[in-house]
Amino acid sequence: MSEVTSPKIPVTVLTGYLGAGKTTLLNRILSENHGKKYAVIVNEFGEIGIDNDLIIGADEEVFEMNNGCICCTVRGDLVRIMDGLMKRKGKFDAIIVETTGLADPAPVAQTFFVDEDVQKNARLDAVVTVADAKWLSDRLKDAPEAKNQIAFADVIVLNKTDLVSKGELAEVEARIRGINPYAKLHRTERCSVALADVLDRGAFDLDRILDIEPDFLEADDHDHDHDHHHHHGHDHHHHHDHGHGLKHYHDEEMQSLALKTDKPLDPNVFMPWLQNLVQVEGQKILRSKGILAFHNDDDRYVFQGVHMMLEGNHQRKWKEGEPRESRLVFIGRELPEQAIREGFESCIVS
Amino acid sequence: MKEFTPAPDSPSIVSVTDRVKPVALGMAVTSVHFLGPRAAFVGGEENVALVDASGEINMVAVHGGGILSTASDGKRLIMGGDDGKVVSLDGKGEVTLLATDPKRRWIDAVALHPDGAFAWSAGKFAFVKSGKLEEKSIEVPSTVGGLAFAPKGLRLAIAHYNGATLWFPNMAGSAEFLPWAGSHLAVTFSPDNKFLVTAMHEPALHGWRLADNRHMRMTGYPGRVRSMSWSAGGKALATSGADTVILWPFASKDGPMGKEPAMLAPLQARVSVVACHPKNDIFAAGYSDGTVLMVRLEDGAEILVRRNGTAPVAALAWNAKGTLLAFADETGDGGLLEL
Repeated sequence: MSEVTSPKIPVTVLTGYLGAGKTTLLNRILSENHGKKYAVIVNEFGEIGIDNDLIIGADEEVFEMNNGCICCTVRGDLVRIMDGLMKRKGKFDAIIVETTGLADPAPVAQTFFVDEDVQKNARLDAVVTVADAKWLSDRLKDAPEAKNQIAFADVIVLNKTDLVSKGELAEVEARIRGINPYAKLHRTERCSVALADVLDRGAFDLDRILDIEPDFLEADDHDHDHDHHHHHGHDHHHHHDHGHGLKHYHDEEMQSLALKTDKPLDPNVFMPWLQNLVQVEGQKILRSKGILAFHNDDDRYVFQGVHMMLEGNHQRKWKEGEPRESRLVFIGRELPEQAIREGFESCIVS
Repeated sequence: MKEFTPAPDSPSIVSVTDRVKPVALGMAVTSVHFLGPRAAFVGGEENVALVDASGEINMVAVHGGGILSTASDGKRLIMGGDDGKVVSLDGKGEVTLLATDPKRRWIDAVALHPDGAFAWSAGKFAFVKSGKLEEKSIEVPSTVGGLAFAPKGLRLAIAHYNGATLWFPNMAGSAEFLPWAGSHLAVTFSPDNKFLVTAMHEPALHGWRLADNRHMRMTGYPGRVRSMSWSAGGKALATSGADTVILWPFASKDGPMGKEPAMLAPLQARVSVVACHPKNDIFAAGYSDGTVLMVRLEDGAEILVRRNGTAPVAALAWNAKGTLLAFADETGDGGLLEL
């Protein structure tokens, strides 16, 4: 009864508001001397001038799954294109999907969760959002799509940093962090970013949900051309008037919510609570992730979700000396924070 | 058809595996169609292997890339490719270029009419061409999922999101929209022209009785239905997608409305492709574990044609007389069985 399986092809989703530099990043990826071949799926009305053998025009056709879940939308064109591409297996190593500037990344991501055939052949690697340092702050005010793309991102390439002052850069970064403190953020000029920072991230790989600490609490590995005040660990004092350091912004609409406990959770309470939460609030919750320590369970449980879709599994044994903490992160729109906190508390074994 | 009766004293399934002529195609295979006496195994890209009854292989280059769609009437095979071309191949191995998309878009679907007309789609547009006709096209609301010609008259069914469109290319303003929410992919008319059935993106079929557009929901599959085949005379529609072959009854005027389907040939593997015998009440089924069975509709009696333990069966077809069965798995390990 052996069925032949082949490794899944990684898919990187490239989003970003109009003019942020998606095509620049795409061309950078394709032109770098990495010895890999990419199949590139672009929207038909996108910019031209992409130099690649396998380039496919897509229509961004979103349809609702007939399962009564209104946020369960998938990209039908991607299902079709993936099906066609699989006939040319072996001709490429990875797939990059470039979305239009106005696209919501959720249907793209959900396509990789719900479509059986797509899932069999490909895996979503990461959502990479290119943001324009000069204009993003404005777009976050007037374009809900831009906010969605930031909230959804695993990696944010903050581009055109040469066109803004240090103060403006700190401002836009703080706005990004107000929405999504968990994405890896890279400051670039002309999308000059190391490919390893945007490709093969494994952001949707349960085995690689190791670390859900906010990105800005970690040492910054890109310390060129920005000031070093970030490194002093005094950022929590909110030096608003200095024009540098990390300001704290709270986005009224889109937030992240982190929950943490060092007491064990009751899986018989937690699982139904989480399922119900994403069923009821799934339209508001864009992304969710968690590492969980269950009562009387020596294995770490990890999960991640996009809107109403969840996947989770026991990952590995807790290591000796490793603190058995449960951590959850939700990124979403108008999250009912109080209710989520109370619900989470009720899952703790007393 | 005595050879289809399992011996009553035999505890194990009757096998004809030793009568199969193996065909090593040396390429990934996606479908097979008979062109007269020769089996045309369609590769994932570029080539078709024409195989005669002796097992001799003749490779023919047909496309400059992936082969996305195929249709055959038994005399010729037409194909759409990711090179934006529609080509046809006959049993002698002659390739004819039928159309080229000016923007080199993927040709997602093709269909062939018994009188020689053919259709193809690229994006939201479906095109029809026949000997007498100028090329005609229609735009539907979203990307075309599948095409099928009605058995009578020049009428094309176009599957897309949220329904199917029925179009008479020779009559202006004639398109009729059959709505049903969801994404519709493959489409087929019943041989008596009374029903239209689509295979949806979700694991279900949807049908319309064309006299009154009444809906028929055919659900319950664990996986998407990728293969549909009408039994001889159109009495039943055999389908893949489950761990048995699901056969919906279409013999009565109500089709499968309010009826349970027959479920035959259960295995511990998913049915990947089905092909009904053109004359007798027999079908062949290929499975995700490489098994190929021949099954009698009447009582579900099975004969083993190919053992399990390989890649999924991707291609399965009978010749027009029903004397030859051709099959191949995804990796191109094929076979011919002469009855």
